[in-house]
Order: sequence, then structure tokens, then C-alpha cells
Amino acid sequence: MKLKWTLLTFIFTIATVLTGCEPLLVLDPKGPQAATTADVIWLSIITMAFIVITVLVLLIIILVKYRASKQDDDYEPPHIEGNPIVEGIIVGIPILIVIFLSIVSVVSTYQVETVPEGYEDQEPLVIYASSSNWKWHFSYPEQDIETVNYVFIPTDRSVQFKLYSHGPITSFWVPQLAGQKYAMADMVTTINLAAESAGEFMGRNANFSGEGFAENTFNVIAMPQDEFDTWVDDIHATADPLTEDIFNELLEPGHLGQLAFTGTHLEFSPPPEGEHGGHNHGSSDDTEQSEDEHDDSEHDHH
Amino acid sequence: MEFFERFAIPHPDPMIYASMVAIVLVSIAIVAGLTYFKKWGYLWNEWLTTTDHKRIGIMYLISALVMLFRGGADAVMMRLQLSSPEMEFLNAQHYNEVFTTHGVVMIFFMAMPFVIGLMNYVVPLQIGARDVAFPRLNALSFWLFFAGAMLFNISFVIGGSPDAGWTNYFPLASNEFSQSVGVNYYMWALQISGIGTLMTGINFVVTIFKMRAPGMKLMKMPMFTWSALITNVIIVFAFPVLTVALLMGTFDRQFGTSFFATGNGGMDMYWANLFWVWGHPEVYILILPAFGIYSEIISTFSQRNLYGYKSMVASMVLISLLSFFVWVHHFFTMGQGALTNSIFSITTMAIAIPTGIKIFNWLLTMWKGKIRFTVPMLYSVAFIPLFTVGGVTGVMLAMASADYQYHNTMFLVAHFHNTIIPGVVYAMLAGLTYWWPKMFGFILNERIGKWAFWFNVVGFVLAFFPMYITGLDGQARRMYTYSESTGFTPLNMLSFVGAGLMAIAFILIAYNIFYSIKNSPRNVGDDPWNARSLEWATHNPVPEYNFAIEPEVNSSEAFWDHKKKKHTLFKGKIDKIHMPNNSGIPIIMAGILFVFGFSFVFSIWPAVIIAAIAFFACMMYSSFENDQGRYISADEVKETEEKFGGASK
Repeated sequence: MKLKWTLLTFIFTIATVLTGCEPLLVLDPKGPQAATTADVIWLSIITMAFIVITVLVLLIIILVKYRASKQDDDYEPPHIEGNPIVEGIIVGIPILIVIFLSIVSVVSTYQVETVPEGYEDQEPLVIYASSSNWKWHFSYPEQDIETVNYVFIPTDRSVQFKLYSHGPITSFWVPQLAGQKYAMADMVTTINLAAESAGEFMGRNANFSGEGFAENTFNVIAMPQDEFDTWVDDIHATADPLTEDIFNELLEPGHLGQLAFTGTHLEFSPPPEGEHGGHNHGSSDDTEQSEDEHDDSEHDHH
Repeated sequence: MEFFERFAIPHPDPMIYASMVAIVLVSIAIVAGLTYFKKWGYLWNEWLTTTDHKRIGIMYLISALVMLFRGGADAVMMRLQLSSPEMEFLNAQHYNEVFTTHGVVMIFFMAMPFVIGLMNYVVPLQIGARDVAFPRLNALSFWLFFAGAMLFNISFVIGGSPDAGWTNYFPLASNEFSQSVGVNYYMWALQISGIGTLMTGINFVVTIFKMRAPGMKLMKMPMFTWSALITNVIIVFAFPVLTVALLMGTFDRQFGTSFFATGNGGMDMYWANLFWVWGHPEVYILILPAFGIYSEIISTFSQRNLYGYKSMVASMVLISLLSFFVWVHHFFTMGQGALTNSIFSITTMAIAIPTGIKIFNWLLTMWKGKIRFTVPMLYSVAFIPLFTVGGVTGVMLAMASADYQYHNTMFLVAHFHNTIIPGVVYAMLAGLTYWWPKMFGFILNERIGKWAFWFNVVGFVLAFFPMYITGLDGQARRMYTYSESTGFTPLNMLSFVGAGLMAIAFILIAYNIFYSIKNSPRNVGDDPWNARSLEWATHNPVPEYNFAIEPEVNSSEAFWDHKKKKHTLFKGKIDKIHMPNNSGIPIIMAGILFVFGFSFVFSIWPAVIIAAIAFFACMMYSSFENDQGRYISADEVKETEEKFGGASK
């Protein structure tokens, strides 16, 4: 019995912590994608709490009622093979719950994989986010600037991060804006998101990538479009251009502070997409190339 | 000099030097002790060369307990390092090595041998057999596991531990990003022990199909044997994938291929796919025997037959099939798109259905029962709600969109420990306590056992439930440190306290073994728990031939029928019994493979070639050796039976 009370007390403690303190990052969304995942998480927590409580209550009742110390010495438990109605219920209810959650899962997965609802008509701001040991490089092809370890985005605008890696697999994660996606060396993956309130958000690599992994973080600063434009102009006015030599130095393993440059590394060190994709095996054969491009375009458009 | 430099530790540390000294001292003490007490002959004849499934089972269990303490020490070190922000107990490199070895040791060298050890001891007894189908192969399986475990464990004193996580994702695990020999050790230690496991799989499938007692149809097998059968079928299908993946990894690292290395057409996610095509069935390889053990224990201590026997079997078969169709949920975030993720999300959630059926069947087994709270039963009772929490968080993780937020966080860490500890570890502790009198003829002290149980459960809840919260607050797994501003401190400190309580629990369990060896009464009889299945129909501890007369069976609870319905188990008279001979070949072959693996790790090719030739020579020798086994005479059997208190019942 002590166990049950320990558990119950603990659940109440968790509930108090959850409601009392600052909201947990994942459950404190600042954009539509993270809001969808937060809703799914809350819905699943409630459904799952129902299941856990049912099992716990049944268990407690059974343990209290049928413990040996409460029964006659000569009580001989019956032999029960099974009952189609009871077994129908214990199969049926889990199936219904799983069907319900499957629908939620599929619908929400399609939602977070595409451009956020309400932003479909906008031209998204494309930012290439590439990781190297243990930094993040953000390239703005349209604005022709590049930053390291921090990224500015306009609020209320569809933003498309194109992810890849200069080294081990990493995972791009800004919990308050969207879930994770891997950045890999041989293909480009895409995250669509939008920020609906201005502010500074924690971003990090969530996938273990070696010695400097713990500090492999970046800041996302969301601001209105006009401030964003001013910021871009500032960078153009003040920052140095990014050359291939400088970029190769940046790639050296280690940690760096926040940096900004004009120009992007995409020109001299193209991302692994299209003809530079990891799947084209470095071949110049025409037929193979076209097949590979087909492959890669599939990778980009999910 | 350059030759020897490779064997040095790349990241030395006083703790590692202290361990080196400790290892040398303990080894000297063991050798000196064996010599002084003149036990070499006993050790060699009775244990190292044995083909008896019971002794092999016990050796598996001893190894598993030792590895539990090694992996547990890693765990406490990790929790200590994270107990406060900016802690300077371990640096990043050491932390990476510690969590890598923690994962590998706990899965491959603790949980696997624990499961296989209990199967070894119990399954032949439950089906009324005298041994497994291929006793010498069984010994080879054990020694290959042991060689792999030793190879893995010397890595941290010679050449350096692997540091790319137990999942060992490429390209992080490639030469470019992991330059020490650590990952080579990972490849060969798992390769050698994995081949041993594959042989176990084949051995037990054949044993269960071909060696059951007369009358024991498949649907009359005890539930643990059913779980063992399904587990071993999964092993046979899943482990070859690991073998191939490890070989490709070895080629990438040591022969310059690029299966997984990026560039030259390699694909980094190829490793992740192969790893989890094996890895997800692997978690069911661990949990299904645990389900079997809980079924036996809950039924015994509720004094009731197992509710819904058929649906229990059906749900395990269903789980084993589904286990091969869910691997992608380990990397929903790879960017394979919404359609693929939706499919794998649904298959994953589908596993909750058969698992839910099992939970309710266990509850219904206790219903109208007569529940006795012994130590094995306490673990089983705690398992039900705790595993339900682990299961439902698994369903939460299976929802792909939400998984984008849980992936790689402490939420995930909390989930899988929530299934593995109450699921597998509690089952192993419960099973060990339950079958202990079968193995050694006395019961482990219940009082100390209950103390250990409470420390275990409270420690577990404190250690792992806070991780669900820190995960949702953005704490990624495998971070060796965090800053105070993250706010992770109080909950991580709580986890550390929980880990400390669990450490006390396991120390109590070890102490209980010593205490009970000295103090427990030896007159517990052959059926101390009032149990139901066939293994309790023979003596405690079990004589080497298991059953003097082959039992005849007509239900899944043959022994219960014998006790309550006057079913005659043993018809006929005692006859001579055919038994397998001991053999030194398995341990020699495993020793050779150890040398092979070690030399391969350091690319010492002459030694690799010599070891390979020696290995094939052993195989040739075995093939042409004429070993017909031996007979125990009827008189000798009768004498033994009388010593145990009367001939067969």
C-alpha cells in the first residue's frame, strides 16, 4: 500500500511543479508548429493519465480485496479460463484509444511537416542552418548574410530552415518554435516554422555529436519584419565578408561566440542538395545525375 | 615505441589508474586464492568445461550481477555529474565514455545474460528435458558472451573506451570523429557476444520444439517457456542484422570502406537504420521473457491459473511480429516525411494493444486469487503500475509530431528506463528470487529482500520521473553539464538522490545473497512457493539429470494438477540416463576469439591470422571428434534420489 501512496504523492508533486513554476519550454509555444505539438502532448497526457489511473485503481482494489491475509485459510481460488466478454473489453478499449491517438498523430504530423496554417500564401524566408563541430552556421541566401550561433527571424512570417551538417549528425531544435529535425552531411532536410511573438528563444543541437555537444547551442531572436530589415542592413554596413579561408577556419572543431558576415558560404561550399547531394556518388554520368536530382527533390519536398 | 603507444589510454585520469591497479590486484588475488585452496581442478571440471544447462545458467547470472554493478557505477557517476550545474566531477570526454559504456554494459552484458541465464536454468526444467538440444553449443554461447564482455571491459584500461553512445551512430563513430580504438572495441565485443546470442537463439528454438515432455503440446507449455520460444525466434531473425552492421562498421573503420562514412556514396543514416532494425526487436528480446516471468510469479502467488492463457500467447506472437515493423520511430526526426512517419507511428502504437491485454490479464489473474506478498510478488505488483507509465509514455513518443519534441531529450531517457527497470530489471530480480531455491536449495532472506525492494522502487521513482519534466523543459540527453539558468538543478539533484537509493537497493541485494548463504534454513523442501509448473516437480537443488523419470504432462500447470487433481507425473521406473560430456573446446574457442578480437581492435594482423587459424582448427577438431555422451547408471540415479528424500513422487 505504501507504494500507492508514494506514487500518488509523487503525481501530485509533479502536478504542482507543472502548474506552479514557470511553464516548461515545450509546453510554452511561441509559434503555430510548437503550439500543435504542445496540444498533442497535453491531449496524450490526459488520455494516458486516464489509462494509468484505471490500472492503478483496479490494482489497488484487487490487492486490497484478494490479499491472503484477509481470506480464510481454506479459501481455494477458482480456476477461470477466460471470458469472451471480458476479453472483448480489454482488447476493444485499447484498440479504440489507439485508433483515436493514431488519427491525432497522423493529422498533426502532416501539420507540423508543412508550412504553418495561415502562412501558405507567403513566400517563406529561407535560411540554411548547417552544423559543424560544435557550432551552427546560419546562411541567408536572399539577404546575402551569414551568422554563427545566433539567428534573427521576422515574426509572423513563414520561415524555412534548410538543415545539413559539416560533420556528425546533429538535430536542430528550438523547443518553443518547433520540434527537431536531423542535420546530416549527405542531404538537406527542411523545417517550416513561424514565430508569433517577439523574443529570444533557446535553440540547440539535441543529437549527441561528440565532446563539445553540451555547449552546441544557439539563440533565436524573433522580431517584427521592419526591425529585421534594419538588422540586415546593419550587418551589411558593419560586418566583414565571409571568404573561403575564414569559413574553413570557422569549421575547425571548437566553440565560437556569435559572429556575423556578409555573403554566405553557400557559394563556395554548396549544401548537399541537387547536384551536390550525397547520393550522386560523385559521378558525372548524365543519366545517374538526373535520377539523383529526382531523388533529392523528393527529399526536399515532404 | 609506437607499437606500445597505441595501448595507452588517450584520456588518462586518476580514477582509471586506480581501476587498473584494482583489476591487477583482484586478478592476482583470484589466481592466488584458487592455487592456495587447490580449486583449479574443481573450477575447470565442474564449471569452466560444463555443458550442464543449469551451471551455464548460473554462470550467466553471476556475470550479469557483476556487470550490473559495473553499469550501475557508471549510472551513479552520471547522476552525480549532473546533480549540480557546472559540475567538475567528469569532463565531457569521460562523461561520453561513461554513458556509452553504461548503455552497452547494461543492455548487452547485464540484461541479455540475465535473461538468457534464467532461460538456461528454467526452460529445460519447465519442459521436462534433461538439457538443451545442443549442450556444447550452449557452453560455447556462454563463453562467447563472456569473451565479448571481457573484451569490452578491458577497453577502459587498454586503449580507451568507446565514446559514441551505445547507439554508436556514424559518422560520429567513424575514424574521422572517433580516433581512439574505443569504437573498434565496441564492434568486436558486440560481434563476439552477439554470435553467442545467435547460437543461443537457435539452440532454444530447437530445444523447445523438439524436447518437450510427452503430452506437452505447444498450447500446454508454461508461459515462461512460451515467452522464451518467441524471444529466441526474434533473436534468430534480429541478430544477423547486428552481425552484418557491425562487420560493415569494422570495414569502415579498419579497411577504409565507406558504407556509413559520408562522401564516396556512404550514407550516415544507413547505420542508424540497421542498428534499429536489430535494436527494436532487441527490446522485445528483453521484455518478453520478463513478461513470462511475471506470468509465472503472479499466477503462483495469487494461487490461481493464469487468466487468458491463449490471449497471452497470441499477444506475444503479435508483439514479436510488430517488433520488426517499428524501427523508424527511433528517428522520426530524420526527415523522411509525414507519410513514412505516420505509418511507423501507427505500427508503434499498435504494440500498445497486445501489451494492454497482458496488463489486464495479469490483473484478472490476481482477481479472486489469494495474494501472498513475497519478494518476487512485490516486484511483480510494482511492475504493473510502473510499467503502465512506461508503456503510455511510449505511446506518447509514438505520436510522431510530439516525438519531434521528445526525441533526444531526458523525456526519452525517462521512458526507456521506465520500461527497462520495472519491466526487465524487476523481472530479473523477481525471477532470481523466485527460482533461487530451485538453484541452491534455500530461500533468499525475505526481510532484507523487502528492504531492497522498497529502496529500489522509491529510488526508481525519484531517479526517473523528474526526467520526464526536465525533458519537456528542454534538457537534451547526453549533455555532460548545464548552466544554472536552465533551471534543471533541483530535479537533477532529485534524480541523483534516487540513483543513490537504487545503489543501496542493489548493495542490499548483494548482501542478501551472502547473508542467506550463511543463515537461511536448508529444509525448504522441493516446492517452497506452492508453485504450479513442472520445474517444481523435481528436487531443490536440481540433480544434474533434472528428472529421474521423464514426466508426463496434460496441461500447462502439470505440477498443480499433480498436487490437486492426482495427476500422475512420473510413470515407469528409473532407468539409466544419457547425459552430455563436459568439453574444454568452448572455453578454448572463446579464448581464441578474445585474442582475435583484441588483436583486431589494434590491427595486429599476424595475431589475427594465427587466432583465426586456431579457431578453425578447433572447429575441425570438434567436427571430427566422436563424443557419444555418457550414461548415469540406474543405481546411481536411485542413490541420488534417495539422498534427496525418496525416489520420484
